[in-house]
Amino acid sequence: LSRIGDELYLEPTESGLSLRAVNSSRSAFASFLFAPLFFQLYEPGGAGPDTELFRCKVHMKSFLGVFRSLPSLEKSVGKCLILLKPRASRLVLQLHCKYGVTKTHNLAFQECERLQAVFDTQSCASRLCAPARVLAEAVVHFPLTLAEVTLGTGPGGKISLRNYVEDEAEPSKTMVTELWLAEDEFQSVAVAPGSHITFCLKEFRGLLGFAEASNLPLTIHFDEPGRPVVFTLDDTVLEVHLVLATLSDLNSNSQSPSTNGVSHLPVPSDDFADDLESYMAAMETSEGGSGGPPSPTF
Amino acid sequence: MRFRAKIVDLACVNHFSRIINTIARLAKTCILRLTVFKLYFILSDKVANGGASMWCELSQGNFFDEFQMEGVAAEHNEIYLELVPENLSRALKTAQNAKAVKIKLTNKHCPCLRVAVELPSLSSSNRIVTHDIPVGVIPRRMWNDFREPSVPDFDVSIYLPALKTMKSVVERMKNLSNFIVIEANLSGEMNLKIETDLVSVTTHFKDLGNPPWASEDGCQSSAQGRDLESMAEACIDIKKLQQLLAGQQVNPTKALCNIVRKRIVHFILLHEEVSLQYFIPAIA
Repeated sequence: LSRIGDELYLEPTESGLSLRAVNSSRSAFASFLFAPLFFQLYEPGGAGPDTELFRCKVHMKSFLGVFRSLPSLEKSVGKCLILLKPRASRLVLQLHCKYGVTKTHNLAFQECERLQAVFDTQSCASRLCAPARVLAEAVVHFPLTLAEVTLGTGPGGKISLRNYVEDEAEPSKTMVTELWLAEDEFQSVAVAPGSHITFCLKEFRGLLGFAEASNLPLTIHFDEPGRPVVFTLDDTVLEVHLVLATLSDLNSNSQSPSTNGVSHLPVPSDDFADDLESYMAAMETSEGGSGGPPSPTF
Repeated sequence: MRFRAKIVDLACVNHFSRIINTIARLAKTCILRLTVFKLYFILSDKVANGGASMWCELSQGNFFDEFQMEGVAAEHNEIYLELVPENLSRALKTAQNAKAVKIKLTNKHCPCLRVAVELPSLSSSNRIVTHDIPVGVIPRRMWNDFREPSVPDFDVSIYLPALKTMKSVVERMKNLSNFIVIEANLSGEMNLKIETDLVSVTTHFKDLGNPPWASEDGCQSSAQGRDLESMAEACIDIKKLQQLLAGQQVNPTKALCNIVRKRIVHFILLHEEVSLQYFIPAIA
């Protein structure tokens, strides 16, 4: 969550504690919903059925500071209590450690509106599900400084990841890297042919790191360029959503698949037999999208 | 003009990758010259490079399982390409576990070296990662700019000390000064010196040995008449020396330098399959 925004939104609900973050340009949103069963004790509060549950946001750095060193925390902390005191304007984080030591952190919070991204995974035309490891192995081929990546579909059910080169950058100077994954590397593939979306790699890497550590499969829901891409992780006690804005196709009619400098048009065959050659020559992409789809709203 | 090559041996891939990493540290942009038997990485001594120049030569047979090159013309069966070696280095980084690496010169929108890496995967088909590295094709009329530099008429030629030692000495000196003086004599002694307003530091090496250069027309034999103890020195940019030493990932079979006093230092690093020459001009 700290990879996305500087503020941590806490929203206790009947179905669990939701932790959320959004970035300053409102183009990335993430939420982690911990079910009541995740906790030893969960009391969302609220005096009666009509009372709205209290929401707040705190500085991400303050919150993270309490859990600074995970290895030493694992050794010394037995329990952690999170207590929201609206009247005292404090979020209390209390660590019950070994030898009777209790560390209490009082964080100042701000009341806030409900933070919710508008998205609907059901209405997405395409869906991919893969073990986090496969996606992590794919993403490792791109430099850490790369801003955006394009996820696309090709013939034979193959899925591609390609670094996105901005139009302003000189195509003759930028290296283009493309990776192809076979359909059977995924747990499920249900994609609209010829579809592609471009999104920011930084936040995605953050989620991938979490997914890999928790050994959870990652589902990617996407639609036309410009509509948000939604990444989800599911567990019995945890529901994770990461929603990222995608680049819209500004001139979809004039935009050929070779905008990024990598053409998929068949190459004239030369005398040398080459597996790669015929493989690339067999690929064709179709034009995707039309007009200007609405940009995601948060 | 065509170029296509393939490496299937992982050790060769990694070896080639290490060489490219070394080149990438020495030059932001350089020339790749392809001939039937050899590959050359060339950096010419333009002002933009700070006057340093490089000549690296390797036999393609030691690395590639397949190597097919057709030059610009039958009488000029070579290809000269300008590229950013860092791109090639990054592309090869993904090949650490590769089953095969294919390199091909393509010209879809602009000339590119396409590096295709076949990676093992648990699925039925392999994962393929392609990197399209933009290159510039150097026209034949400019090939003369990139001829092999001749060995300068040096004052002293001496084997270098263990590169690891030299590297750690130079790295520490780099924190204190921008320039370093290399001096050596024909008795196997070398000093590395820095001097600033506050401090001067000298590291002395001895018993290094001086390489025996064959006297072709007697010009090098003038060394016999020379004072064996007198030092020939040159003051050079310390960063360039540090980059050369830091880029060496494997110990060379032979490492030596030729010093032309106050003019230039010529480093020669020889490995079994690759030779690297690096020229650092002296600061006036």
